Amino acid sequence: MIAARALFLLLFGAPIFVGVGLTLGAALGWQPGIGRFDLGWRGFAQAFALPGFSSSLRLTLVTGLGATLGSLLVSVPLGMWLVSKAGAVRFLTPLLAVPHAALAIGLAFLLAPSGWAARLISPWATGWDLPPAFVTVGDPWGVTLILGLMLKEVPFLVLATLVAAGPRDIGGQMAAGRALGYPRGQVWRLMIWPQLYPALRLPVLIVLGFSLSVVDMALVLGPSNPPVMAVQILRLFGAPDPAMAQPASAMAVILLGVMAASLLAWLAGERLVAALGRVWLRRGRRGHSGAQVMGPLVAIIVAGLGIGALGALLLWSVATFWRFPNALPSGFSMRLWDAADWVGPALLTLGLAVAGTTIALCLALFWLEIEDRTQRRLHLGWMIALPLLLPQIGFLQGLTTGFLWLGLPPGTPAVIWAELLFVFPYVMIALAGPWRALDPALMASAASLGAGPLRRLLAVKLPMLAAPIAMAAAIGVAVSVAQYLAVLLPGAGRVQVLATEAVALASGADRRLAAIMALMQAALPLIGYLLALALPLWLYRNRRGLRGGTL
Amino acid sequence: MSLELSNVSLIAPGAEAALFAPLSLSVAPGETVCVMGPSGVGKSSLIAHIGGHLPRGFRTTGTITLNGGDLGALPAEKRGVGVLFQDAQLFPHLSVGDNLAFGLRAEVRGRAARREAVANALEQAGLAGFETRDPATLSGGQRMRVALMRALLAQPYAILIDEAFARLDTGLREDIRAFVLSHIAASAIPALMVSHDEQDALAADRVLHLAR
Repeated sequence: MIAARALFLLLFGAPIFVGVGLTLGAALGWQPGIGRFDLGWRGFAQAFALPGFSSSLRLTLVTGLGATLGSLLVSVPLGMWLVSKAGAVRFLTPLLAVPHAALAIGLAFLLAPSGWAARLISPWATGWDLPPAFVTVGDPWGVTLILGLMLKEVPFLVLATLVAAGPRDIGGQMAAGRALGYPRGQVWRLMIWPQLYPALRLPVLIVLGFSLSVVDMALVLGPSNPPVMAVQILRLFGAPDPAMAQPASAMAVILLGVMAASLLAWLAGERLVAALGRVWLRRGRRGHSGAQVMGPLVAIIVAGLGIGALGALLLWSVATFWRFPNALPSGFSMRLWDAADWVGPALLTLGLAVAGTTIALCLALFWLEIEDRTQRRLHLGWMIALPLLLPQIGFLQGLTTGFLWLGLPPGTPAVIWAELLFVFPYVMIALAGPWRALDPALMASAASLGAGPLRRLLAVKLPMLAAPIAMAAAIGVAVSVAQYLAVLLPGAGRVQVLATEAVALASGADRRLAAIMALMQAALPLIGYLLALALPLWLYRNRRGLRGGTL
Repeated sequence: MSLELSNVSLIAPGAEAALFAPLSLSVAPGETVCVMGPSGVGKSSLIAHIGGHLPRGFRTTGTITLNGGDLGALPAEKRGVGVLFQDAQLFPHLSVGDNLAFGLRAEVRGRAARREAVANALEQAGLAGFETRDPATLSGGQRMRVALMRALLAQPYAILIDEAFARLDTGLREDIRAFVLSHIAASAIPALMVSHDEQDALAADRVLHLAR
């Protein structure tokens, strides 16, 4: 037990502490890598004095908090609508699977002034023969970035809502509330959803942490001058003058502080909203149930934007020539697919995903099996949440320095370890629930038939959990494929995967190349999810007891 | 080949007092003893204790011996104690035949011998030809018969029955109970059954009431 705990702390806890510690050290002027030991607050002073610092800070707060609040508000009616729909999770899967960068590029191709949306309504509805002169993508208020983040985070929060609602008698509670004269929407908002919120808190805080520190989406959809803080930090780290690492690290520490303050503000906001909700409840007012229309409406908008974004990628990837304002390209060809260098990055992306997911799965199974055998919890849940709550830019640069100290130069092994910090938590979260829900009497039964711990694991647990294991693997692949900073920084630009290539090409002149990379980045996790759904169904096609019950 | 309990008592996690008064009992080969008692008195915990699957945190007193050997230090899989649970606990990913084969001891070597042992067990259970069937398609009574045959194929030295008939229909319950108890008697192994049902008690050789 002690050895297992030490192993997990070494693999996952230590890199985060080392990463944050070295970032903090660099911010305070301790940079042994370049021989600088100029301890003091100069880095912070330099960061605050950077042009556009306050705009970056405001933009970070507006986009981070706006996207989180918007996603949560939109997920409420959508959750209500989907909670009673069989197979709702499968409806969400495609959007959950598409990586942030790919979705951002697709959304940019859809919503840009010269994007597909403008082409579809021009010139017949708008009169535009040329792309309009206003800014959509990269707008200085961060509206498109908020929209992009919401498009990714709404399905995540709805999924968390459905999981939280699963064990509850939602139908019964809805009937009880309506019998008291409340419309459906009000029963959901005032009586059911508040019960689910404690289970949603961690996903919401993860969304908040991610939205405040997102880099790949912000590079594609966010304003560039000034950008959000995370992008500004990345630019400073990449500056030719190594001395800029000090203000960059200081800004990363400030972002950590911004995130901590935002988390605390969110938690305080929760209390305020709960108090207001109680006042509302006591008044007993019965309102109108607008949410009945809201659910399907939100679903149509979310699905429409998602399909539109992926459609734009698909069209651009096979377009020969596409003049504005034509709704479709003049011609289609697969020529660019042959010419573009996407196979190498795709194979490397897949290789990293398979390696990271395999290691994560083995570690998760080891963790859960150790807990079973010792009948004790490892109590390392915080270690799973930490990489998801902290800003990646706040510790990945420090971690890259830490890897160098360990003799791990920038390259594939360093990237695998860095990706594992994000893949493992999701794999563990996906697997722990079904694993712990397995009826212990089945294991007792197997033991009473003479099966030892290893046979129980191999012959009973693992086959019975084939569906959740396959789904956890698909999630692991999706998380790995979506990683941008975890490849860029520990790989020092030498590891070229689909995410880094797609983001780099997104700002270039040729939309077709960026579309191919983004489309491939979206395809890998989708294939993973399809396999995860299909394989257990095929494997247990003759086993009614395992169909649908274990996932 | 008898099952002996001497001053056995259990204290639940966080509790001060024992669940039931110290229990001493001897179950002879082929004999079935029914243990009854109010809800929460620890009947299922007693079965779990004897079987070796008592959750962590319980404190125990007394000794349990089977064929003179102390079970206390042995893991569940080494005790040679079969258990029949309320839901039969057939493995849903295995066919009926594979469920039975899971219980077969390693000494039964060779594919043909193992297949024959499974076929014989199914025939005894009145389920000949069910080898490839999905356990989820069996009725409650059929599942219980398969569970018993699976337990007996493991050649246990004792068998424990944990409210195994409680969820069966009243008419079916009597038939399955008779089937199970007759096979246990024929195997000449001691059996300990916990139950709420007076009819189970009547079918047993002896009845014991657990008291707090």
